[in-house]
Amino acid sequence: MTMPETKVLPNPRAPEGRQPASAPAAGPRGKVPPRRRPRAWRWTDLAEIAGALGASAALTWMIFGRLLPFRVMPIAYVLLAYVLFLPIYWFVIRDGQGATAAKDRLVTVLIATGALFAFAPIVFVVGYVVKRGAEVLRPNFFTETMQIVGPLSKATEGGALHSIIGTLEQLALATAIAVPLGLLTAVYLSEIQGPLARPVRLVADAMTALPSIVAGLFIFSIVIKPHIWLQSGIVGSLALAILMLPTVTIAAEQVLHVVPGGLREAALALGAPYWRSVLMVVLPTARAGLSTAVILGMARVVGETAPVLMTTGGTTVMNVNPFSGHQDNLPLFVFTQIRSSQENQVDRAWAGALVLLAVVLLLFVLARIVGSASPGRRRLRVPRRRASRTTSDGGNPS
Amino acid sequence: MTVPEVDQSAAAEAAPAVGGVLEGVQVSCWFGARKVLEGVDIKMDAGVVTALIGPSGCGKSTFLRTLNRMHELVPIATLAGSVLLDGHDIYGAGLRLTEVRRRIGMVFQKPNPFPAMTIADNVAAGLRLTGRKVRDRDELIETSLRRAGLWNEVRNRLGAPAGGLSGGQQQRLCIARSLAVSPDVLLMDEPCSALDPTSTRRIEETILELKDQVTIVIVTHNMQQAQRVSQHCAFFLAAEDEPGRVVEQGPTEQIFSDPHDPRTADYVNGRFG
Repeated sequence: MTMPETKVLPNPRAPEGRQPASAPAAGPRGKVPPRRRPRAWRWTDLAEIAGALGASAALTWMIFGRLLPFRVMPIAYVLLAYVLFLPIYWFVIRDGQGATAAKDRLVTVLIATGALFAFAPIVFVVGYVVKRGAEVLRPNFFTETMQIVGPLSKATEGGALHSIIGTLEQLALATAIAVPLGLLTAVYLSEIQGPLARPVRLVADAMTALPSIVAGLFIFSIVIKPHIWLQSGIVGSLALAILMLPTVTIAAEQVLHVVPGGLREAALALGAPYWRSVLMVVLPTARAGLSTAVILGMARVVGETAPVLMTTGGTTVMNVNPFSGHQDNLPLFVFTQIRSSQENQVDRAWAGALVLLAVVLLLFVLARIVGSASPGRRRLRVPRRRASRTTSDGGNPS
Repeated sequence: MTVPEVDQSAAAEAAPAVGGVLEGVQVSCWFGARKVLEGVDIKMDAGVVTALIGPSGCGKSTFLRTLNRMHELVPIATLAGSVLLDGHDIYGAGLRLTEVRRRIGMVFQKPNPFPAMTIADNVAAGLRLTGRKVRDRDELIETSLRRAGLWNEVRNRLGAPAGGLSGGQQQRLCIARSLAVSPDVLLMDEPCSALDPTSTRRIEETILELKDQVTIVIVTHNMQQAQRVSQHCAFFLAAEDEPGRVVEQGPTEQIFSDPHDPRTADYVNGRFG
């Protein structure tokens, strides 16, 4: 493949080609050899794939269109074409480049197919939700509630403001409950490594697989059943916090594990008590990772339906107080709407699903930004911190 | 904390006349059941740089870590004997663990500035970490950086993250960080092994400038470095399956020019190890 290239190139440069070879940087005559990209696709590679694809497509058409006496589904065309493509491609490559290269290409094709299969469902799910949701999503979806919307109202009427408010409040409360507990547990597991570390880690690992409806049932039976608290946003938050706790704990513990031990030693060697070295060195060093852990926990529970189904009550009217009265939230909104027999309500559910998807996407993007952009953020923050430090220094807690 | 409020900056400015006297008395160390060090007696005088030399695995780093109670960070580590700082046993009841480590600072083999802090915050980290106050924090930062020979290089970027410094600068930043809590003794565990020759020379100059203010104990694998910076020298050696011992100690000049023990002569002349 590269043979003709190397044969062609030296010829025009033959007279002076040898001497400047040792000093290519000088390039007085601008005769810099063209840059070569050893890993780039070559036209012959593409031609081989295109040829193999064309051959398999033609063969498929011949089998299904001319030889078989009955018609088949279009998907069968694709499947057969793919199955035929593999041996054809293998033969083409083996003929040109040998059996090893052929095996390599064949495995590459198989792996690429696998990656495509893993990626396709996400595209289909997101694409379908966006398509269905965008049909009925109007600005009033974010400003109105379902209070005065009847079962026969159009899908574009009404809105999910009460559900969005409920989701945000319940998520905030669940985070406020689960994150301190999760971080403290992570510090216990990773820094203190007490005698209970092993069982606690085991339980936390097992709890990540806790079915979410069990968390809802648990809170229902210990809080709502004995009438300690009636169905409301905060009870839903308790159920969500149970689901969030192990996720935050495990993620935070893994983040703390990668903080270099040398930093702990350096802090201790300065005469720091252990708790101060954890608080002022270990946790700040892992700050970015810990933020990611928190957001992962939030993303884990924001779309949960089962636990809030039993605990928040669900409602169609605005209730901004999470501590009293029934409250709605987005997964619940989707659930109640899509169960309806009315086509317009089902359509409205897709708008709710789209908003929920956007919230989850926002959380994950936030996690990536917080997790990766820490040095830049620090540099921006430093002047302000130093300014405030110099005025209020000496006030360090002792 | 119980530490009385001291005017750190004034103390640092006046530069303590001499460091503390550190003395290991019959120190033996174990990791679990394995004895790695036996009966070490070394007196590390104020105003003198003491070098600990010897092949790898002979227990000199372990000994260094017993001197500021870092040895016990390994859960299975135990020891016998005592370490006296100005006559008081640092493992005794009279001295608090944190106070011992504050007075006996340590610089590690690998530069380990706190990555989440700025250069200035790194220098002053010891204050926050020990919960102490100073009247003039900026003054202390400048004094400590000057003593570590880093001030001129970082004076214009004190607010920058410490991770942006070169390896040699980071190591001097770690020295400045140790000096900021005004220790009596500074332990250095192969402080130059990860550095290039130029940075090494800067660190050695720093050591020579500091030696009148702080007692310095340095572990090094570099014979020339031991000769250049130290006045007292102890040679550690561990035979196979035996704990490490001090084979010979004395003035550096004599250890290198006229050692009594043939094993010392072999080692300092590069015939083994």
